[in-house]
Amino acid sequence: MLAMFFWAFVIGGFICVIGQLLFDVAKLTPGHTLSLLVVAGAILDGFGLYEPLVDFAGAGATIPITSFGNALVHGALQDAKAHGIIGVLTGMFQVTSSGVSAAIIFGFIGSLIFKPKG
Amino acid sequence: MANKQKNMTPQQQNYQQLQQKHEIKRPVLKNCIKAFFVGGLICVVGQAISYFYIYFFNFTEQSVGNPTVATMVFLSMLLTGFGIYDRIGQFAGAGSAVPVTGFGNAVISACIEHRTEGLVLGVGGNMFKLAGSVILFGVFSAFVVALVKTLLVIWGVL
Repeated sequence: MLAMFFWAFVIGGFICVIGQLLFDVAKLTPGHTLSLLVVAGAILDGFGLYEPLVDFAGAGATIPITSFGNALVHGALQDAKAHGIIGVLTGMFQVTSSGVSAAIIFGFIGSLIFKPKG
Repeated sequence: MANKQKNMTPQQQNYQQLQQKHEIKRPVLKNCIKAFFVGGLICVVGQAISYFYIYFFNFTEQSVGNPTVATMVFLSMLLTGFGIYDRIGQFAGAGSAVPVTGFGNAVISACIEHRTEGLVLGVGGNMFKLAGSVILFGVFSAFVVALVKTLLVIWGVL
């Protein structure tokens, strides 16, 4: 269990360093960087490389935004297995629904309670 | 970049050089270390939440990502609302932007910022102003990857 925390820290930190390098060295905006990381996650899962990383590092691989791309591909492939090609569309948000719905719901609630700062 | 430079007048090119000379060099190594520690810490918090769901709500290691992400987004709502997440962001750079809490922060700060323009046009219209590109490119690339893989399976290549 302690090893899991350690690897979550290292792998999660490492993915953030990649993001920071894209900020500072490649001079990309945060929007470009995050989009690039999501696409990278989707492609890695296409080759079946992201799932081993999740098994190995737990939250270190599921918390960075790359896992969003991974989860989208995962849902799409799961449904594609069951229903053929149309499953790519129907299964897309199956695994990652909670992240998007949580962002929408809590964003709306947040806008009702909080006042802008600064 | 090269194309841009060709179209510029000599004055503009001079200015460009002058600007480059005076541009403050970004402390890349220091930023990376900060991003590593803050990003790593956020993932450790996520790991702790995962274990919480595994032990008390009977999730498996495979399905635990979903509730963990939702909880992290909820935490980032609180931190964004109280103005703490922006301060973390200034310190950590990508360390707070790359984890899913950064995605939550982008949605929620846009919501709060545009609240004064009304619920429908303000909050509803601007919610995905910053995070929209992540969803667009995530969904589109996932679509292409999944489609290619499914077709390869159907044609018996894989």
